[in-house]
Parts: sequence; structure tokens; C-alpha cells
Amino acid sequence: MAILIYIARRAVTMALTLLAISALVFFIIKLPPGDFLTNQIAELQAQGDPSAAAKAEFLRAQYALDRPVWEQYLIWMGLWSGPNGISGLLQGDWGWSFEFQRPVNEVVGGALALTLVVNLAVVVFVHLIAIPIAIYSATRQYSLGDYVATFIGYIGLATPNFLLALILLFYLNRWFGISIGGLMDPRYMNEPMSGAKMSSILSHLIAPVIVIGLSGTAAMIRRMRANLLDELQKQYTVTARAKGMRPLPALLKYPFRMALNPFVADIGNLLPHLVSGSVLVSLVLSLPTVGPVLLQSLKTQDQYLAGFILMFVAVLTVVGMLISDLLLATLDPRIRFGKRG
Amino acid sequence: MTVMATSPITHDPLAPGHYVNPAPFDPVVSEAMSASEERFYRASAMRLIWWKFRRHRVAVVSAAFLLGLYLMLPFVEAVAPYGLTQRHSDHLLAPPQGVHLMHEGQFVGPFVYPYTFKFNLETFKREYVVDTSRPQPLRFFCSGEPYEMLGFIEGNFHLVCPPKDGTFFLIGTDRLGRDLFSRIIFGARISLTVGLLGIAVSFIIGLTLGGLAGYMGGWVDAAVQRSIEILRSLPELPLWLALSAALPANWSPILVFFAITIILGLLDWPGLARAVRSKLLSLREEEFVRAAELMGASRARIIGHHLVPNFMSHLIASATLSIPSMILGETALSFLGLGLRPPVTSWGVLLNEAQNLAAVNLYPWLLAPMVPVILVVLAFNFMGDGLRDAADPYS
Repeated sequence: MAILIYIARRAVTMALTLLAISALVFFIIKLPPGDFLTNQIAELQAQGDPSAAAKAEFLRAQYALDRPVWEQYLIWMGLWSGPNGISGLLQGDWGWSFEFQRPVNEVVGGALALTLVVNLAVVVFVHLIAIPIAIYSATRQYSLGDYVATFIGYIGLATPNFLLALILLFYLNRWFGISIGGLMDPRYMNEPMSGAKMSSILSHLIAPVIVIGLSGTAAMIRRMRANLLDELQKQYTVTARAKGMRPLPALLKYPFRMALNPFVADIGNLLPHLVSGSVLVSLVLSLPTVGPVLLQSLKTQDQYLAGFILMFVAVLTVVGMLISDLLLATLDPRIRFGKRG
Repeated sequence: MTVMATSPITHDPLAPGHYVNPAPFDPVVSEAMSASEERFYRASAMRLIWWKFRRHRVAVVSAAFLLGLYLMLPFVEAVAPYGLTQRHSDHLLAPPQGVHLMHEGQFVGPFVYPYTFKFNLETFKREYVVDTSRPQPLRFFCSGEPYEMLGFIEGNFHLVCPPKDGTFFLIGTDRLGRDLFSRIIFGARISLTVGLLGIAVSFIIGLTLGGLAGYMGGWVDAAVQRSIEILRSLPELPLWLALSAALPANWSPILVFFAITIILGLLDWPGLARAVRSKLLSLREEEFVRAAELMGASRARIIGHHLVPNFMSHLIASATLSIPSMILGETALSFLGLGLRPPVTSWGVLLNEAQNLAAVNLYPWLLAPMVPVILVVLAFNFMGDGLRDAADPYS
């Protein structure tokens, strides 16, 4: 029962957070003076095309760009009656992309799934890599392997990941002949889905996942190692060992579970970081995620497209944090009943 | 032990087997500290922090490295062999020119071999032919390209100059034939200041909001807490992108520079504010604060005199740890072309030229600006770690 109340409370907080984020995002996008159409109208008038200008004026009314910002925001959210009635994000209408002259869901539809896949793969990668290395580092403190892991960790923390992507892109291509830019080998581009195409996609995902996940992995290893080292010195671990428990179960059964706790709580901090990284790395590796479209739409003030992508990215993070919180609540009953610090 | 066990304990000084010194008891004498202990107990908090920090070797080396870099900033014109925008039209995209010491088995001191540009018509590649017959010694502490330091001090003194009638491109040149080494040194000025200015912005916001939340409590606390949560659940980079895309295109590069630092600081304050708040909440309950309150100290005095000095060391440590993310953020934004704009030159702006695969493939030295980025970020991380460990000297 307690867990249900907890879930409900967290879901309400999440909805409110997203509402606040949507307002913030829309406000930021509307910061630059003018909009996509004012630029276009200026261009058309310079070419002396009055009819096109009239058409643009019509479009302005059509997409409610002539109304005050707060009204535009409410219409976009689907809380206010716009030109098409009440139809906005809440109703599943994602708006119109001025630049691509298509509805937003057609422009980014395919990219959304891939963004999700890439980010999910990175989270899995970070955990799969970080946990074993951290355990190794903590149980063999100051060994050669520990130093190597720490060193790689620091490098991962300090190297700008877009540059790493660029360098990896180049060397993987030169040494192994893998073209890792883009999502798949160009020859599969227009073919139906097949085993070969799938494996091409997977092999193209390896490099981005490593590059995006590296700094997160580094941070996780550092924290996990410190947590585990703390736990390993505690008396219950010593007792378990003294009573003759075999080393591996003695490690995994008690100290590891204790060390895991702050680790799961940390996913919340990690996620925004990973999503940021995936946007940036996608730009360099020209992965068809939402990253490149976002940059383009921000530059051309394609407001509904940019707004939708920013919202999508925010939803991705916030929902991810919710999941990590729920995970934590199952792992540690204290959190369900008490307040989080 | 055996004596104690057999004889009964009495308080009579004259009782057999039990001796008590009749002289008056003086705790100062009996608990006398050695000179070094005395020094430790009387040291100020700052001094203790310094002693603790000093034990952290890597952190000290990093701090020295950063101090050196920052001290160099006013004098970059003299450190760089060439000017920022000086072009060498006959040396476009020239590779790095190695510095040698020995020429044909003879010691000549640091010198370079001259090279000339040749366009290979078969491979359509730029090639530079090195002439190893003519060593050209470098000149040190010399007068070379004239400059105006900080815009008003004229001079032509350089630490190192290219040889007479020769060139000295330690890391090669870019597509306009500008010396990359000099540009990296000039770029340090911007890249290193961005971090400091950004952290200053974030520090002011974080200190104010976190302080208000922690000290006032109530709805102020709730409001600040909620905004912290919202900002922390947003990925930084897309927001940075959106904010920098909002900068008007007709702003001067200098104005853009300040705007970018403010943008970087605007999203960084939640971490600091949260640290300030929790520190304040725990310090507020301490006895010395209660004592000050009872003695009638004003709110401002309690905050300024008792609370701030106590958590400042922690704040500085965590601020140091977030400078790297500012530097990396600026680099990323400039790399994407949404950050600083030429003629303002930062490491990110320089890396912008290395954006495509052709650059990595044909002119790998264009990636060189990433080396100082990595070094500086690492140094800040190490120094921050050391500071964080030393920040609480009484633990």
C-alpha cells in the first residue's frame, strides 16, 4: 500500500515538474525577437513578392503566431482554444514544423525511437561496465588494475566527448574499416529490415554508446568504489569473513547491496548528463537522433519543432528519474516511508 | 597490578603503598604539549586547511600548474611567438615543425629545419618539403612581432621568436596560415576566464538563493527547492543550445562572450545552492550560533560572521569541481558554432575548425587544442578533490 501512495505522489510531482519545464522551454525558445515566419516574410518582401507575403501572413494566423506569447504557450500545450480548437501536446498534436513544412511527428517520428534506444543502451552499458570494474577496484585497492581503472576514469571525465567521438570515428574507420558515422551502412539505407541490416545498425551503435557512456561510467566507478570501500571496512563484513563465508558471497550479499543504494539514487544525476552527451555526440556522428534536428530547429527558430524536442528530452530524463526512484524504493524500504534527504 | 590488587584503596596520602603528590595540580604543566602539537592546536582554520591540502601531492601540483597558467594570461602576447591573427599565406595548413638539438651529429642548440609548400598534383594533397641542410636556430628573449599588451602596453619582446627569415610553427598552422601554438596560448585567455566568470555568476546566484532558502525556510525554501529540482532534471546541453541560439546575431563578439558565461552560470547554480542550504540548515543548530543569538547578535552578523566562514571552504571546493564543466560546456558550444564567435578566440573556437573528418584525417594537428582542455579539466578536478578533502580541517 505504501508503495502505491509513494508512486502516486511521485507521479503528481513529475507531472507538475514537466508543466514547469514546458513553460520554461517555451519561454526560452521565444526569447529571440521575431519568429520563423518574420524571417521568411522579410525575405519574400525583399524579393518583391506581395502574394507570398500575404500567404505568410495567413500562416501566421493559422499557427497563432500573431497572438501573445502566453496564449501561444497555452495553445501549444493544448490548454487554450487555438485556430484548430483545443489541440496541443496534451492531446497528442505535436505542432507544425515551418522549416520542413510537415507536422512535427512526421519530422522526428523515427528519431524518437532511436534516441530512446541509444539512451537506454548507454544506461545499460554504464552499469554493465561500471559495476564489475568498481568491485574489482575496491577489492584490489592500489593494485595495478585499480590504478589503470582510475586513470581511464579520469581521462573519461576530462575529455570532451564530441572530440572522442570524432577521433574514434576516424580510427575505427582506418583500422577496422567500419564506417561508424550515421546509423547504418549506406547500402542498407533503402532496404527492408533484415538480419544483416540489424547487425549493421548494432555495430554502428557501439561507438556512440561507448563515447556517450564513458564520462558517466567514470563517475560511477569512482562513486561505487568509494561506497564499497567504506562498506568493506565495516564490522559486519569482517564478521561474515571471520565466520568463514566464502569471499564472493560475502562481498555480493552484504556490502555490495549496501553500496548499490546510493548508486541507484545516482541515476537521477546521471541521466541529464547522458542525454546531453547523446545530443552532442549524435551531432558529431550524424546519428539520426533528435540531436541534429534540435540544433537545426533552434538556429532557424522553428519553434514548435524545437519546443517538442526539448520537451521530449525533458520527459525522457524525468521519467528515467522516476523509474530510478521507484527502483530505489523497492531496494530500500526506508525511502518509501520516510522523507528523502 | 598485583600491589593494587592486594592493598586496599585509601585516600590517605600517608597510607602505605599509596603515594599522592601533595603539590597543587596544574593542568597546563601536566598536559604540556610538544612544540609541534602546540602549533597544531593554535593554528587558524585556514592554516589547517593549507596543511591538509599540502599533503595531497597531485592536488598541489595541479594547483601550481593552474596558478602558472592564470599568471601567464596577462602576458600571452609575450609568450606566443606570433600574433593572434598574423597570417602566413605561404604556409597554409602546415604540419608541426619539430624542434631539434643536433644537426649532423653536432650540437647546435634548439633549432628548426625550414620547409616549403608544394602541391602534389597526383594526390591533390598539400605537401611540405623539409630542407634538412639548413638548420635555423631559434631565438630566445628576443624582439619580434610588435604587439599591444592588454590593448595599451606596446612592446615587441617575446620569450621565443622564429629564426631570422624562417618560421617556427610548433604545432603547425591552420587554414589561414596562422600559427596554432600562438593561437592556443591566446585562446587560454578566453577559455580560462570563461570558467571563472561562469562560476562567479553561479556562485552569486547559488549563495543568495541557497542562503535565503536555508535561513528563511518556509515558502522561500520550498520555492527554491522546487526550482532546483526542475533545473537539475533538465539536460544541460540542449538548454545551453537553446539559450545561446537566443542571442541576437548582431551582438558584438565581446558581448556574446559575456552572455555565454552568464548562460553557463545560469544552469550551474542548483548544485551550489543545495550545498549552501543543507550546510546552513545543519550549522543553524550548532551551539555557537545559539550562543551568538543569546548574546544579541543581529541576523546579518550571525550569517556574515559565524555561518559564512564555516561553509565557505566547502563552497570553494565544490565550485572548483564545477569549473571543468563550464570549460567543457564552452568548448562544446563553440565547437557547434553556437558559442563564442571569432575574432574572440577560445579553445572551443579553435576546435571548431577540426569539426569534420577531413581535418582529423589530413590535418590532425588541428585537434591539438584538446590537449590543454584535457589538462586544465584534469587539474581542476584534482585540485577540487584535494580542496574538498581539506575543506573540513577538524574532522
